[in-house]
Amino acid sequence: MLTLTPAIRDAMIATCIRALPNEGCGLLIGRVDGDDATATEVVPSPNVAASARVYEIDSRVLLRTFRRVDDEGFAVLGVFHSHTHSEAYPSPTDVRLAPDPDWHYVLVSLRDVPAVVRSFRIKDDTVTSEDIYIEE
Amino acid sequence: MAATVRIPTVLRPAMGGLTTVTVEGSTIGAVLTELTTTYPAVEGQLLNQDGTLHRFLNVYVNDDDVRYIGGVNAPVGDDDEITLLPAVAGGAA
Repeated sequence: MLTLTPAIRDAMIATCIRALPNEGCGLLIGRVDGDDATATEVVPSPNVAASARVYEIDSRVLLRTFRRVDDEGFAVLGVFHSHTHSEAYPSPTDVRLAPDPDWHYVLVSLRDVPAVVRSFRIKDDTVTSEDIYIEE
Repeated sequence: MAATVRIPTVLRPAMGGLTTVTVEGSTIGAVLTELTTTYPAVEGQLLNQDGTLHRFLNVYVNDDDVRYIGGVNAPVGDDDEITLLPAVAGGAA
């Protein structure tokens, strides 16, 4: 399960809306406890692929974020990105390129209003949906 | 020349669980080739068959992404820290 605050959820959606017409993306920072994680911060990234169908986190954002969380005792627990015109479900590209089996993969679909936010685990090319708990 | 290489979580199982390794090599290409020789399980994950950088691996010398400083020809010094991070990419395509 992935635990978020409303502010974290809204920050992800806002990042993705600002990136339109391209896909938006960013990293999720927080604490990990086995299969569960609690996100405490959103790190938006430019989509260096600059595409409506592909995203890639800026390599400099990646390095800076990994270094900082190591120093602060947090973890990069996952990544979020938008699908601008399709459902909030990992595409074959998302599955093929998933960089870490321990991560939580959040999809923000902007196809409908309000935006749909869902979270998944991707291990050995298998996608599993997980619950998102919004901690008010 | 020996530089320290920080290994990302996803590559650690192929490298005996190590988080950092010390590797000889005066260029990034030499360092990654040496890593592949020492840890054959990472073959194909660092370099392509033609010796270019794998598209979905980010390699840094200290603070610099090597794609901006010469790619596999980027120089490596004794006190340099090399960081490997998988690219974070995907999309609806």
